[in-house]
Amino acid sequence: MAATIEDTATTTSTAARAEGPRRRSGIGPLLLTTLTWIVAVGFFFPVLWMVLTAFKTEAAAYTDPPTLVFTPTLEQFRAVFDAGIGPYLANSLFATVVSTLLVLVLATPAAFAVSLRPVEKTQDVLFFFISTKMLPVVAAIVPIYVVVNEIGALDNIWTLIVLYTAMNLPIAVWMMRSFFLEVPKELLEAASIDGASLGRTLREVVLPIISPGIFATALICVIFAWNEFFFAVNLTAANAGTVPVFLVGFISSEGLYWARLSAAATLAALPVVLAGWFAQNKLVQGLSFGAVK
Amino acid sequence: MAEVVFDQASRIYTPGAKPAVDKLDLTVTDGELVVLVGPSGSGKSTALRMLAGLEPIDAGSVRIDGRDVVNVPSKDRDIAMVFQNYALYPAKTVRDNMAFPLKMRGMDKAEQAKRVADAAELLGLTEYLDRKPKALSGGQRQRVAMGRAIVREPRVFLMDEPLSNLDAKMRVQTRSQIAQLQNRLAVSTVYVTHDQVEAMTMGDRVAVLRDGQLQQYATPSELYDRPVNAFVAGFIGSPAMNLLDLPRSGDGVLLGGVEIPLSREIRDAVGSAQTVTVGVRPEDVAVDSEGSGAGIKAVVDVVEELGSESYLYAHLIDSDGRDDEATTLVVRGPGRTTVRYGETIAVRVDAGAVHAFDPSSGLRVA
Repeated sequence: MAATIEDTATTTSTAARAEGPRRRSGIGPLLLTTLTWIVAVGFFFPVLWMVLTAFKTEAAAYTDPPTLVFTPTLEQFRAVFDAGIGPYLANSLFATVVSTLLVLVLATPAAFAVSLRPVEKTQDVLFFFISTKMLPVVAAIVPIYVVVNEIGALDNIWTLIVLYTAMNLPIAVWMMRSFFLEVPKELLEAASIDGASLGRTLREVVLPIISPGIFATALICVIFAWNEFFFAVNLTAANAGTVPVFLVGFISSEGLYWARLSAAATLAALPVVLAGWFAQNKLVQGLSFGAVK
Repeated sequence: MAEVVFDQASRIYTPGAKPAVDKLDLTVTDGELVVLVGPSGSGKSTALRMLAGLEPIDAGSVRIDGRDVVNVPSKDRDIAMVFQNYALYPAKTVRDNMAFPLKMRGMDKAEQAKRVADAAELLGLTEYLDRKPKALSGGQRQRVAMGRAIVREPRVFLMDEPLSNLDAKMRVQTRSQIAQLQNRLAVSTVYVTHDQVEAMTMGDRVAVLRDGQLQQYATPSELYDRPVNAFVAGFIGSPAMNLLDLPRSGDGVLLGGVEIPLSREIRDAVGSAQTVTVGVRPEDVAVDSEGSGAGIKAVVDVVEELGSESYLYAHLIDSDGRDDEATTLVVRGPGRTTVRYGETIAVRVDAGAVHAFDPSSGLRVA
């Protein structure tokens, strides 16, 4: 009896909800759509303009009014490489990849522990992790500089790797924790009854489930490490400088050459955009993990 | 094949609080299917998890074939468990899911393949062996979970509400399949459910739990015919037994102004008590079609027509002719009943089928 009444109620409300959007017509949605496009183009246009400018000659970059039709050239990119972006790219790549791998290696067991094997103080530990992100980096740079200087690790790529790992680790633990929480507890119990060791359970049961989540976490770490500027500019010079450092140096030395600068900026942005592009599917899958299950 | 013994086994989550499982004594004999049944929070799942090694045993012991397993990890208890949500490994195929426990024990590949093939054959899963659990229906997933348990050839099967994620029809079908399979394999099984129909239909014996305490452990028919207390009486049977606190009157009790005689046995046991909790199953209350005027009068509130029979939910009219909304009665009527909502009917209680309980302790008096 009760069930029937409930069912009817549910059906009615679903029907009402389904009719909702259809009834809404007129100028409202059109206006919102237009607004959305304006905002989207507003965000995207400067980036597009930068990329276009990178393929122009310096002369074409300075025309007033600006031209949209021009003969593309790779001249500016060549100039950027001639100016020595190569080692900086290599540094960035090395720091990003190694720090991301380190983060994953450290964050996976940590996230497993705080999500699937919580103890009394787990909440405090989690808060401690996130609290390390509350202090502005600017406020910490002086002690960090002093320490790095004392141990003679200035302008050393490994210094950046350590800092990037530390910087991304709390975020990674928090992110991966939410993915681990989605793993049904019964799976771990079933595995333990079936006789699987902890390592085996992690490898064969848990990791396949949360791999999209690990992927998403890795991408976030890559983005943050690649784009990091403040540590790099303060702690490195010619040897361990990364792409953002190069770019800033380039602005001051070649700031009058718009096209060349655009080419350098495009090169700096490209790896992250590409990584995001390739990871798109995995990323969406990872971030909407709960819905997939 | 094994005998499972719970010996004063207790699980205490927080020291000082009421135990989740309180000094449970239970023996499952070889090849028997025992159902643990009770409402939520009765400790039935906790008891099963203690046997599985997923919950510690805080006091007492649990023995499998005479071996105390209190400090034995799950994997060494030689048990297999079927979970409510099946707990299939989503990244593995059906074949690999079923072979996993064998692989973990280092069984050789050929033997693994043979056992998986046999179990798949038995459960009708052969054509699905290469699928992932995601591509299976609820019933098929349930069978894979069963298969993973069977291939191990364990001493004991543990099943934690294995049917509750299936739809009604599938549940009835799978219920008999599991019972059949268990019979055939003759592996001792502990089965947890909150559904008393499942308990009655599947169990060789049924243990009724409430608040962590064992109420009664008996065969289904004994639970039905001789419940030890009012809780078991009300829990077993659908619709539930009518339980009414009635005043004594002469050689019986008074219901709606009509005296229902009590047997000599009950009268002796009750002694001089002024009230008795009387239990009558719906099928032991009949609609008095004659309507001679001598019966108990009741007004029908709800009619449940089931085709082969019907259940009338009614409240009584007391001896002064007033509606007594507080005293309700479920009566089994014939199928395709002509009785309608709001109608006044006269009912007769089969005095020989009356159960009597102590109103304060709830215990059966005779």
